[in-house]
Amino acid sequence: MDTQGREAYLDNAATTRAFDSVRDIMMQTLDVDYGNPSSMHAKGVNAEKYITNAKTIIAKSLKVDAKEIVFTSGGTESNNMALIGTALANNRTGKHIITTNIEHASVHNPLIFLEDCGYEVTYLPVDQNGKLRLDKLEAALRDDTILVSVMYVNNEVGAIEEIEKISQIIKEKNANTLFHVDAIQAYGKFKIYPKRMGIDLLSVSGHKIHGPKGIGFLYIRDKVKIKPIIYGGEQQKGMRSGTENVPGIAGLGKAVEEIYTDHEKKIDHLYELKQYFIEEVTKIEGVTVNAIAVPSIRETAPHVVSVSFANVRSEVLLHSLEDKGVYVSSGSACSSNHPGLSGTLRAIGVKKELLDSTIRFSFSVQTTKEELDYALTQINEILPILRRYTRH
Amino acid sequence: MFKAFLIKYAEIGIKGKNRYLFENALRDQIKFALKAVDGEFYVSKEQGRIYIEALSDYDYEETVEALQRVFGVAAICPVVIIEDTAWDNLVQKVGDFVENLYPTRNFTFKVEAKRGDKQYPIKSPEICIEMGAALLDRFPEMKVDVREPQVRINVEVRHKAYVYSKIIEGPGGMPVGTNGKAMLLLSGGIDSPVAGYMIAKRGVQIDAMYFHAPPYTSERAKQKVVDLAKLVARYSGPINLHVVNFTDIQLYIYEKCPHDELTIIMRRYMMRIAQSVAKETNCLGLITGESIGQVASQTMQSLAATNAVCDIPVYRPVIGFDKQDIVDIAEKINTYETSILPFEDCCTIFVAKHPVTKPNVGVIERSERNLEEKIDELVKVALDTMETIEIK
Repeated sequence: MDTQGREAYLDNAATTRAFDSVRDIMMQTLDVDYGNPSSMHAKGVNAEKYITNAKTIIAKSLKVDAKEIVFTSGGTESNNMALIGTALANNRTGKHIITTNIEHASVHNPLIFLEDCGYEVTYLPVDQNGKLRLDKLEAALRDDTILVSVMYVNNEVGAIEEIEKISQIIKEKNANTLFHVDAIQAYGKFKIYPKRMGIDLLSVSGHKIHGPKGIGFLYIRDKVKIKPIIYGGEQQKGMRSGTENVPGIAGLGKAVEEIYTDHEKKIDHLYELKQYFIEEVTKIEGVTVNAIAVPSIRETAPHVVSVSFANVRSEVLLHSLEDKGVYVSSGSACSSNHPGLSGTLRAIGVKKELLDSTIRFSFSVQTTKEELDYALTQINEILPILRRYTRH
Repeated sequence: MFKAFLIKYAEIGIKGKNRYLFENALRDQIKFALKAVDGEFYVSKEQGRIYIEALSDYDYEETVEALQRVFGVAAICPVVIIEDTAWDNLVQKVGDFVENLYPTRNFTFKVEAKRGDKQYPIKSPEICIEMGAALLDRFPEMKVDVREPQVRINVEVRHKAYVYSKIIEGPGGMPVGTNGKAMLLLSGGIDSPVAGYMIAKRGVQIDAMYFHAPPYTSERAKQKVVDLAKLVARYSGPINLHVVNFTDIQLYIYEKCPHDELTIIMRRYMMRIAQSVAKETNCLGLITGESIGQVASQTMQSLAATNAVCDIPVYRPVIGFDKQDIVDIAEKINTYETSILPFEDCCTIFVAKHPVTKPNVGVIERSERNLEEKIDELVKVALDTMETIEIK
């Protein structure tokens, strides 16, 4: 498509390219060690080893016990299991759940389902930087609050929630209230230690950290009351039935291992990219970067930049950039399938006329400064042309 | 049970000397439709009707559905073939046929017989009488009514015997290819696929044209039109879908002409381009999904203004239809769900807030004079770069 054959993949919050080591180990589980981990023979045992290894790597990264990890089909299932599973198991204690109004659809929609089932859900507001209003949280907690679910990093604007403070507030008010964290955009970007931070359940997805699609996990703190949402052959101690996705699990294990090797260096690189990109993109007229009014860029996620371009429709800019080999998302990749406009952008008070003019750029450890320069050059060329033709 | 189908056709019967052309076209369309069905068939034209014989195992439901999409088919009669035509065997097998097909048999009936094999020892009227009597003996609950029977049991004796009684309604119309070819202006909307279907039903072969406006319209919008063309092709047979890149023309009109006239002028250029390709590809007319008053560009005045650039006929089969009537057909032919997918088409991107609803051809022509400098060249480029997709 693009004339020079150049590309800049800046949609890493949607998905990432798998590490080579991930591909290699997956091939191995498809070609050679293809056994069913539940089989009693050697092929089964070989397959099981991949699961044990992956679990050990993941547990180590979180400083938790391997038995507290349950593999799922990805972030969406992890969130569903955490919310519906704990709601079902704790409905005698209470039916009240608290969340924010900027959650991903895979948290928001299971909660709507639970509302239909008779649960009560409180949706808390965020400030202009996308941070949960802690005073509102304190006021919303009740004796019958069984669960609080908050995302670690917002997928649309890259805001970070104050997970430790939130946990403290919850546990001070009611030690039995469970705390679920959707860490799908955070895991791999930060070192997350659930036990120190007071997190009871943590959702993670494989393909956001250079692992495969179709795999993820849910950390469930030992002794948390939760029911399975998928029933069958009692795999994973009955918590999640179904033959384990061995290629996915093996790939995820590799991805975790690699992303957390030289981790600080990787994250410094991301923040450098982010800093540079913000500096350059704001030199363009009529451009605002959303949710960065914080003392330091380090208080935002290292890989997401949400940019509003006045007088341009995001979809048109997206397709123009795509034509030049620059891949980005409008608003949020997940919500852009729907005609409705972004919930997060609205919630953090982005002006109405900019809601449909916002593009999300997202980076990964594989992103280079050259890619950003290429993308910035293209933006600078395309914007004036697009701004000449606007709808009246 | 059924090894063959007898196809009845209605309007073809009255086409005089050209009859064979219609029959051949119908046979070819049936062959084309059956290609998509599991199974092998032999389609033959004999004695004023079309026979389809299954040469292998086949999917009955799928076959009937495919035949119900062939225009020109008035009725489909599933036929049982009896190999041994000896009278006693014939009586036995016709009785079995009735027993299998009708679990309860308290109806009135009549046997209708045809003796294709003139060597057969029993003449047609006698077959009727004797077979009727034999059936009454076997099934006393049945009653004969020769004037208005509820069930007609047809027995045709040739080298084999063919028995049928069930009549499944076909779509009617005329076989595609018997009435020339026309160019359908296919947008992603609800109306144009219906318009194409309706004209194809009158025996017209369809080619289609879609105006693509990247980056204002996406690849997915184009894919949606390809998908719609495939759905129409299930009825019309193969379609050549011409995709014209309209962006530069549209932007030029935007620059040079009053914005409230954009849609009308744009549509006039679409008609001009479609007409020029139509003439080159032996299309005898254009087809649009326009319906009076549905939108600003479809008022009587607007239709007159777009029509003014055409010197070949423009067929607008849904011109007098209410939206709901069109939706009903779209649902019947299965295009509705695809049509309502939310992708922007090029007619909506630059729509003015208050487009003219009563354009005056003279005024529009004056505005178009502003385009004189470059428009011919832009149209030429659009035609030269046109992509043609064969939809089968």
